[in-house]
Amino acid sequence: MTDAAANGGVNPALRGGLPILTVLLAIVAVWYGAAVWMNAPWVRDQAARAEATLTAPDLIRQTLTLDRPVLPAPHQVAAGLWDGIAGQKITSKRSLVWHGWVTLSATLAGFAIGTMAGIALAVGIVHNRAMDQSVMPWAVASQTVPILAIAPMVIVVMASAGVTGLLPKAIIAAWLSFFPVLVGMVKGLRTPDAMQLDLMRSWNSSPAQVFWRLRLPSSLPYLFASLKVAIAAALVGTIVGELPAGATAGLGARLLSGSYYGQTVQIWSALFAAAILAALLVMLIGALERLTLRRMGLA
Amino acid sequence: MTPVITARDISLTFTTADGPVHALKDVSLTINPGDFVSFIGPSGCGKTTFLRTIAALETPTGGTLSVNGMTPDAARKARAYGYVFQAPGLYPWRTIAGNISLPLEIMGFSRADRAQRIRRVLDLVDLTGFGSKYPWQLSGGMQQRASIARALAFDADILLMDEPFGALDEIVRDRLNEALLDLWKKTGKTIGFVTHSIPEAVYLSTRIVVMSPRPGRITRVIDSPLPRDRPLEIRDTPEFIALAQQVREGLREGHGYD
Ligand SMILES: Nc1ncnc2c1ncn2[C@@H]1O[C@H](COP(=O)(O)OP(=O)(O)OP(=O)(O)O)[C@@H](O)[C@H]1O
Ligand SMILES: [Mg+2]
Repeated sequence: MTDAAANGGVNPALRGGLPILTVLLAIVAVWYGAAVWMNAPWVRDQAARAEATLTAPDLIRQTLTLDRPVLPAPHQVAAGLWDGIAGQKITSKRSLVWHGWVTLSATLAGFAIGTMAGIALAVGIVHNRAMDQSVMPWAVASQTVPILAIAPMVIVVMASAGVTGLLPKAIIAAWLSFFPVLVGMVKGLRTPDAMQLDLMRSWNSSPAQVFWRLRLPSSLPYLFASLKVAIAAALVGTIVGELPAGATAGLGARLLSGSYYGQTVQIWSALFAAAILAALLVMLIGALERLTLRRMGLA
Repeated sequence: MTPVITARDISLTFTTADGPVHALKDVSLTINPGDFVSFIGPSGCGKTTFLRTIAALETPTGGTLSVNGMTPDAARKARAYGYVFQAPGLYPWRTIAGNISLPLEIMGFSRADRAQRIRRVLDLVDLTGFGSKYPWQLSGGMQQRASIARALAFDADILLMDEPFGALDEIVRDRLNEALLDLWKKTGKTIGFVTHSIPEAVYLSTRIVVMSPRPGRITRVIDSPLPRDRPLEIRDTPEFIALAQQVREGLREGHGYD
């Protein structure tokens, strides 16, 4: 009996990846189909104007190689992405790495501010009755205001005060990212049960000791879950903050200038760069989470 | 001998959505130093509530209660007692030694003092060498012993235990009962112990307090004639069986099948 037969004919390393790969291939196939379908009218139009006849293979080839397609084909986006990441000097304004860094730095700053604010508010809510009853409705209200309406105001108001660049975007990012942290931490800080709190009381612990030794460690699983949502939200917030007119740096600006000039490949490349960035950030927090919780015996 | 705990006409009424619950009504009891007092009675008769009032985790609505000559809250602040709950309640992110160290850190013991105390109480509950293990690496019985060690570490002279072995099987329970008796003899602590088991109460106690519900009250206090030295086999002696019989009668009359 061969090894392959012994383990069911599938390499175990592949078995986990196989479903993901299948889905990916399906998406790419659908995408190609959609690209042909959506770009076909324009190609037909051009052919009709030139009074040329189009064979089916011609049609397909042309729909997938347009300069400004309605929907770029996957390989065009991949090429655009590759050129943006590896084909340019990273100090160039055409480099996605440069734009990505501009977005990333504001995202991280906003994420840090938002996380601090979320934790601080959660601590207040858990320890103070007045805050418990008053903060949450405002926090919820802050998230129901469309960020697209808030972002330009923040940018404009701060620009008129002479503050531009990273900080206004970071504030918008913080606006979106504090909320999941707040909700997660309120829940997390309240996980210790009555018995554990009674034990602390029997030792005559101060509120600070209860917080540092019981509430905070118990809340960490909730904190990490919220951080994953918060970092993605911070990225979205930053990109939205880069959309208002005037911005020239960042993935958001790249998206916007692409749409001004009908550079769909550029839009899609920037979009994918943002998605990749988000995935990397979430994975980074996931790794931190596994490391921390495993060391604490909570995972 | 000045009593360690004196309760006079303690009442505690919980106000609930369905009206008042008389968890305790006119409970009077005196516990002397070195006593091992068991509380036994049907579910809901106020055993836990009474132990919690002694620990100042509940405040009685009537009567007077003194612990070590102070109010229960002053006694709590003076760290007069160690409390053991039914579940071990160990922190999963701390080792056994770290868990025992927790109250000591809170109370501000020095590092060297902590290490020495941890070693001593681990020996006392027969967990020598398990300090660096994590709770999940220990059996349920070992975890409960660790929680007892934690309650012993800061040398409170009162130990309050609420069904500490309730979740364990009979065999483990027997071993832990023996160990607890041994520990009590070595340390001379005053112990308040809630249980549902008649043999456990009779085997361990110098006094058995029988309670009954609605309202929660004491129906009988039985002083044990058994010697302080009690091998497990004492449970087959006529004295033991007679005492168990007395407790059973007390429980039955408290129920008052009327
Ligand atoms: N926090 C509370 N709020 C309202 N009622 C309570 C509270 N704690 C206990 N009670 C009620 O007080 C009565 C006594 O409860 P207690 O827990 O002391 O009983 P117990 O003797 O320990 O019972 P068990 O053997 O089931 O542990 C019960 O009727 C219970 O429902
Ligand atoms: Mg109880």
